[in-house]
Amino acid sequence: MATYIFVVKWLHNKLKTTFGMKLRRDPFQAIADPTRRAILVLLAAQTMTAGAIADNFATARPTISKHMQILSECELIEASQQGREIFYQLKVDKIKDIDQWLGQFRKIWESRYDQLDNVLSNLQTKKDEA
Amino acid sequence: MKLNLQFDFLVDKEKNTITLRREFAAHRQLVWDAHTKRELLDQWFAPRPLATKTKSMDFRDGGHWHYAMVEPSGTEYWGRLDYIQIQPIDHYTARDAFSDANGSINPDLPRAHWDVTFQDLAKHSLVQTIVTYNSLNELETVIKMNMKEGMTSTLERLDDLLLTLTK
Repeated sequence: MATYIFVVKWLHNKLKTTFGMKLRRDPFQAIADPTRRAILVLLAAQTMTAGAIADNFATARPTISKHMQILSECELIEASQQGREIFYQLKVDKIKDIDQWLGQFRKIWESRYDQLDNVLSNLQTKKDEA
Repeated sequence: MKLNLQFDFLVDKEKNTITLRREFAAHRQLVWDAHTKRELLDQWFAPRPLATKTKSMDFRDGGHWHYAMVEPSGTEYWGRLDYIQIQPIDHYTARDAFSDANGSINPDLPRAHWDVTFQDLAKHSLVQTIVTYNSLNELETVIKMNMKEGMTSTLERLDDLLLTLTK
């Protein structure tokens, strides 16, 4: 897991420099927090106002607002005005990014194991020569 | 030389586990050594072009491996693998973590449990790694959120980048 996040972080940095992409915050870091994950799960079922979301937590409202802000910055959720109220909803496209998690995880291990093949092959050659 | 080696990647969404099974064209002792000796781990553990740098390795029950993955630019990402139980050359279990350069674990970031088994496969070996997310059900969360296929441009680019990097 740790390895995976290292690599994703590094790739995000790389993307920023290579493609000039704006990744203000790392969505993987955003879901590392249990409160933020809980907010996402709530919003997966329905759109909600900030107040309704906060009612689900014992945590102080400003703390929940801070979490909402981080989720918005990661573009995992978005706000829309409906009458006098602001409703929050999941940004599905962005969240799909996280689904690539497993694919990326697999690639990292493939790459790692290909390197291990080379290490083993070198070790065996050395052993045969000895 | 491109050998046709078995590689299985299985996801159990109920148990929050990922199982990797990979065949290696070497005897079990050698494959075990490559997984458990610092000078060998340093040669393969970080995916290219990151390099692995071991700061300390204490391979015993309760010991840990403290390492960094280093970018070509020199930026270091520190990690720590804590060994729980070791049975040479069959099996070991461990927990991974983020750490800093001093080896202090970052409690805010997820940790996974590793269960690694080594088997003979004729003249080859088979390594099974089961990665379990115990404290954090990311896997479950990901599935709850109904995320199916769908490639966003960001990750397509990541894919392309990974491909070119691994070539």
